[in-house]
Amino acid sequence: MKSSVIIFPGSNCDRDMDVALKKFGFKNQMIWHNDLDFPKSDLVVLPGGFSYGDYLRCGSIAGKSKIINSVIKYAESGGLVLGICNGFQILTETGILPGILQQNKDIEFICKNVHVKINDKSNKYFKNIKKDILELHIAHNEGNYFCSNDDLKSLEDNSQIAIKYCNSKGDCNYNFNPNGALKNIAGIFNKGKNVLGMMPHPERMIDKYLSGEDGSLFFENLIGNLK
Amino acid sequence: MEVNEKIAIDHGLSKDEFAKICKLLKRLPNITELALFSAMWNEHCSYKSSRKHLKNLHTKGKKVIQGPGENAGIIDIGDDDAIVFKIESHNHPSFIEPYQGAATGVGGIMRDVFTMGARPIANLNSIHFGSPQNKKTKNLLRGVVKGIGGYGNCIGVPTIAGQTCFDESYNGNILVNAMTLGLVNKKKIFYSKAAGINKPVIYVGSKTGRDGIHGASMASAIFDDKIEEKKPTVQVGDPFTEKLLLEACLELMTDNSIIAIQDMGAAGLTSSSIEMASKGKLGIEINLNKVPCREEKMTPYEIMLSESQERMLIVLENGKETKAKKIFEKWNLDFSVIGKTTNSKKIELYFDNSKVADVPIDLLAENAPMYERKWKKNKLPQKIKFKKENFKSLKISDCLKKIISTPNISNKQWIWRQYDHTVMGDTIQKPGGDAGVVRVHGTNKAVAASVDSSALYCYAHPLTGGKQVVCESWRNLISVGSDPIAITNCLNFGNPEKEKNMGEFVECVQGISEASKYLNFPVVSGNVSFYNETKDKGIKPTPSIGGVGLIKNYKHMITMDFKNKNNIILVIGKTEGHLAQSVFAREILSEKKGPPPEINLFNEKNNGESVSKIISESLVESCHDVSLGGILIAISKMCIMGKKGAKLNNIKGLTNKFDYFFGEDQGRYIVEVQKENLNKVNKILDENSVHYEEIGEVTEENLTYNDELKISIEVLNDAYTKWLPNYMDN
Repeated sequence: MKSSVIIFPGSNCDRDMDVALKKFGFKNQMIWHNDLDFPKSDLVVLPGGFSYGDYLRCGSIAGKSKIINSVIKYAESGGLVLGICNGFQILTETGILPGILQQNKDIEFICKNVHVKINDKSNKYFKNIKKDILELHIAHNEGNYFCSNDDLKSLEDNSQIAIKYCNSKGDCNYNFNPNGALKNIAGIFNKGKNVLGMMPHPERMIDKYLSGEDGSLFFENLIGNLK
Repeated sequence: MEVNEKIAIDHGLSKDEFAKICKLLKRLPNITELALFSAMWNEHCSYKSSRKHLKNLHTKGKKVIQGPGENAGIIDIGDDDAIVFKIESHNHPSFIEPYQGAATGVGGIMRDVFTMGARPIANLNSIHFGSPQNKKTKNLLRGVVKGIGGYGNCIGVPTIAGQTCFDESYNGNILVNAMTLGLVNKKKIFYSKAAGINKPVIYVGSKTGRDGIHGASMASAIFDDKIEEKKPTVQVGDPFTEKLLLEACLELMTDNSIIAIQDMGAAGLTSSSIEMASKGKLGIEINLNKVPCREEKMTPYEIMLSESQERMLIVLENGKETKAKKIFEKWNLDFSVIGKTTNSKKIELYFDNSKVADVPIDLLAENAPMYERKWKKNKLPQKIKFKKENFKSLKISDCLKKIISTPNISNKQWIWRQYDHTVMGDTIQKPGGDAGVVRVHGTNKAVAASVDSSALYCYAHPLTGGKQVVCESWRNLISVGSDPIAITNCLNFGNPEKEKNMGEFVECVQGISEASKYLNFPVVSGNVSFYNETKDKGIKPTPSIGGVGLIKNYKHMITMDFKNKNNIILVIGKTEGHLAQSVFAREILSEKKGPPPEINLFNEKNNGESVSKIISESLVESCHDVSLGGILIAISKMCIMGKKGAKLNNIKGLTNKFDYFFGEDQGRYIVEVQKENLNKVNKILDENSVHYEEIGEVTEENLTYNDELKISIEVLNDAYTKWLPNYMDN
């Protein structure tokens, strides 16, 4: 399986993502933001970080970068696009995913482990995954998801909410919401469910000496579904 | 404008220094030249008060690749790997503008590290604030934490450990000390020593603005009629540009285009150009019209003194300009050939086709003043006898709850949760332990780092305090299973022109030196921050020590959380019950006098090496050094982190349990050992003549001691964790 990770100036989880993808069997290549296109890929990843310094608004300049038109076309043709953290923010800026990511409710950067409940398994990312609740890591200042009532209704009607913040037992109560996100939303799909944007970083949880191993589960499952 | 004595004094030079400049030059300097002198001869760049004493530091060792004197120190960690590291202060700016002050502190220290060819792999910090009751403290704390996070998080370097202290002596002078570790291939290290003449001198990074122009030089004599130029003297950080600069520099460093490289830190273009030329015994010629500026009509004076961030100066090999330019353009950074090296041994500056400065380099560098400041010896305070009746009404559980919730001991998660501590995917021990640990990417090795200070001990007796901080750092590194290798020091003191403060400095340095020599734990880098004084009130002497150790196989790393019930808890090192200068004495008995606990370097080394030995034989389940608060605080933290209880035995020897539980004797560790390993552990400790005692065992819940203490871990955890978030919320 081939994957491409896009590097924007200011991306800082690109290497971590590269390490994770390779560990689980992807043949990964790094793509520079000024390129107009990327080689044939089974998965395109927009990594975390602070693209273009996140100046203006998180992800907004990356959403207008040279490479992004190819990413949009690829997504529209059904290609798998995964946006993690800043990548999720970029995807909302391009309009591929609805809504926005606002500053966290406590106006503070948060770096910690959280639990998320998988809300939909009828997609390439979570189909066959053995757990319903994953322990993943978040590290962001703007992860507070928000969208219009119409968008929310559409997300719910089409089962586009991918993961929700919860406790270890799967209770998606507001108390377990780290950043104030609407309906505890931690990640969403586009309508075709080929595009996933999420705040947690599975690439930081890929061996037991790190914060945990549920990231491994995510990547193993993903490549399994692509084969 | 002609320079005179008053203008020189407004630039922070003394009368004598100005006279010396005129004598050396055999003429009056012009205003640009005066700027060069003021920048190079100030305390920060010249170390004029401290140099004499810093020479006594222990700086050599088998694993030291580079000691003090470069952008950062470098140690060998085996194979082709080396760790570049340094700690630096950014105290004064952080008090004026906490966010930018702290942010640019982090940015500056990271540049010192990647200048040498290393990719930064971990950040740490030591921050000191005034009393929590002081009305400025909360906002300063919030701003500093946001600033540190704002910069480090954006660059994508994990902040893996740190230290936060509160004391009224910092009310008017907070301390922000930032430390960075970088990883470099030891065959590909870059230095700041220029070599060869007619080599192009390159300016890269951000444009130069008027920010950061030396505070002392914003003098009325020069700027009175030009309000516009009176911009804040605190630099503004741009972590995004620094990230680009980092990647661009590392990309250029993959071959041998660079002869020398130096970041533009304090005193900007002045100190970087002069230091590179001075180290190479060369001259340097710069055309200031070529310096990329972001503001109009900047004068040579302003360009030379600007402390705009995220800039580097590079001496390139001839013919490599095009290749280098391409890399910096790819990263959208300014690139300009601004001059060349010469054999004149002078710095020659040109602007608008005329020469605006012409000064021999050695006058600015080697000839900078060095002072033998007067200093006063500090006597060891008299011992204190604590009266028995003081303890009569005390309950252990009340004391424990109170001490564990004091600002200096309580949990600092509110702070480090705002720092990205997991980016780069190699953090295997996050903040909150004895030391932060990151793996050396792609290997079995890991590097442990911690940062410590003990201002109360240093204030009570600087010599003992100086030793203690080094020992504390050594212990923290041992506790996570690493071999301590070397330290970096950030020496924060008051006004060196006062004998008392200078005495504190001299004796702290002496203490640091003695301990680091004895423990073979050399100092490889550091900086000095004097004049931490407001309205005649100086800070307590605060040397911050950043220690680095190596874990050969990261799978053998140790953490402090208790692991399993029925395991035995040992205290290694002798408990005499030293209460003077302890948190207990201060918080419970309101006693601030007396000597700090004594440092016995023989025991320190012997105990530490023995703990290392039992760790290396995989006989230890968890380990934590005993520091502030004493044994009971150490054990409580191990319970809280492991969500386990502990049943403590009757104490032997000492009659006063408060002495035993809360005394702050040095050189001690708590270790958790499986019952079946106990004999092996005892044997090793006996063979090495180490004092140890079995204090109890790990249980499922509650921390208990006879009938006198029974406290649930939940209650303990609440006491430990709630102070800071409550304080910040109110």
